[in-house]
Amino acid sequence: MGSERSYKQGSKSFWIYFKKNRLAMIGLVIIIIMFIIAGLTRFGLGIILTPYDPGQTNVSLKLSPPSFKHYLGTDHLGRDLYTRILYGSQISLSVGFVAVAISILIGILVGSISGYYGGWVDSLLMRFVDIMLCFPSFFLILTIVALLGPSLFKVMLVIGITSWMGTARFVRAEFLSLRERDFVQAARALGVKDSRIMFRHILPNALAPVFVTATLDVASAILVEAGLSFLGFGAQPPTPSWGNILTEGRTYIFDAWWLTVFPGFAILITVLSFNLVGEALRDALDPRLRGIR
Amino acid sequence: MNNERLKNPILEVRSLSVYFSTEEGIIKAVEDVSFEIYPSEILCLVGESGCGKSVTALSILKLIPSPPGEIISGRIIFNGRDITKLSEKEMEKIRGNEISMIFQEPMTSLNPVFTIGDQIIEAIELHQRLKRNEARKKAIEILGKVKIPLPDKRIDDYPHQLSGGMRQRAMIAMALSCEPKLLIADEPTTALDVTIQAQVLSLLKEIQSEMDMAIMLITHDLGIVSEIADRVAVMYGGRLVETGPIDDIFNHTSHPYTKGLLDSIPKIEEKIKRLNAIPGQVPNPMDLPQGCKFHPRCSMAVEECRNIEPQLFKVNGNHFSRCFRWKDCC
Repeated sequence: MGSERSYKQGSKSFWIYFKKNRLAMIGLVIIIIMFIIAGLTRFGLGIILTPYDPGQTNVSLKLSPPSFKHYLGTDHLGRDLYTRILYGSQISLSVGFVAVAISILIGILVGSISGYYGGWVDSLLMRFVDIMLCFPSFFLILTIVALLGPSLFKVMLVIGITSWMGTARFVRAEFLSLRERDFVQAARALGVKDSRIMFRHILPNALAPVFVTATLDVASAILVEAGLSFLGFGAQPPTPSWGNILTEGRTYIFDAWWLTVFPGFAILITVLSFNLVGEALRDALDPRLRGIR
Repeated sequence: MNNERLKNPILEVRSLSVYFSTEEGIIKAVEDVSFEIYPSEILCLVGESGCGKSVTALSILKLIPSPPGEIISGRIIFNGRDITKLSEKEMEKIRGNEISMIFQEPMTSLNPVFTIGDQIIEAIELHQRLKRNEARKKAIEILGKVKIPLPDKRIDDYPHQLSGGMRQRAMIAMALSCEPKLLIADEPTTALDVTIQAQVLSLLKEIQSEMDMAIMLITHDLGIVSEIADRVAVMYGGRLVETGPIDDIFNHTSHPYTKGLLDSIPKIEEKIKRLNAIPGQVPNPMDLPQGCKFHPRCSMAVEECRNIEPQLFKVNGNHFSRCFRWKDCC
């Protein structure tokens, strides 16, 4: 009863709880700002935030340190680092969300079927999950991207199809307990089809924890994308992404510290924000954790 | 009553056996059970926990979890069609539409994340071609019929916003939404307190006569039986031990188990120190005794009862008892 109360009685008590967590609120604000930045730069409104273009070179100003003209300095081609980091947020956020959307879709599908039907279907799917989990996922992604050739869309897809296993297990566990509940039997007695019972009756009851893992997964997807871009398999220059800004800056780490510190910092606060929000969501959705702090 | 007998039964269960195969062995949950329900009558299926009442009910809807459960033999004829032979698709059309079921726990039988209106509307939309707002109108009408106050407001409530009795009414509304011909109620009042029980029962009875539907009520409470039933079927150890019209069962009890059940009801007029209980335990369905399943707990058992399983003896007319000594019983 307790958990049902918490998530329907409404979003109100949930919000009160969430608000109490100050770090998570800061995280949420940062995420919202990131979204606004990514949105503005994506739709050609970057001019509001910066007078420069991310690809605009100025060799006479190359590797100049942070100043009032170039807030975060310039890179080896004289491009404004501040502008490039702003534009880079697009890549990180879109990869984060698209990859997680793909992974959640697969995870929910596999987890639902596995948990609802049980038996050999469950064993088969869960062994497949085990096999998938055996691969060190970063190297798996690296191999696939190396084979397919680098492109941003492939990176999203590959991150998505190599990170659904956690969600699948989560959803399966929820289904295992939910399918025994009386309302499932009641729905069946009303003549509801299996697929409808699965996705319309059971799934909404299992979604809250999925959202929590999704938020945390966005953080790790952003990190993986940064790693891939750093190794040259992600977004291809001249498109700025936080990972490839880091790679380019790596050569000058002793002469131009700002080229590595600032994009690194951007990755850090974004990932940290998502993690903080994810954890706060988990606490707010789970009534047992309420009031402990 | 008499002219009802002339009608054909709406549901006929013929020598139904349902077994569950588990790792420890085969559980014979229901064995050779036969009964019938006539249109617009209330049949009460009575028995202790684990005697096979619910399994019988679920078999009628083909909702036995399979595996491990399986209908081993027997026929269930509903409206002239043998349900045991129908495909899952055909069953989906019958469930909720022609046969509905309400469950014991109104707390957990409603989906917590949808409003009761959503759930009733879904039941309507599954079986009838109605537009959403028509279905909603109908849902409000049904909620009014089950006496939920302010049905047009309550329809947007979530289950947790309703009390137990209200939830059971909402469940009944869902079950009734397609005007089924048979309603199976599996201990619908067990989880409710006594005053609410009485309300829900009289509601069921009222709706039953209004909508002209048959009800199969599963219960272990003979108080309920005496209030509502037309006919009674008593089950023990997966078998039907006595069946007959309510008057015969209560006044001419012909099976020692039924007698034991009746004796264990506390009576207001008698001052006794202890309640009468049937000695012993419900037998383990995996390890049923030889002969009559009730003999280890029966005060009237004779040698014959230990070795031979009695068949159903006709007491009179429509009254049957599975006991060798039915004549000595009352």
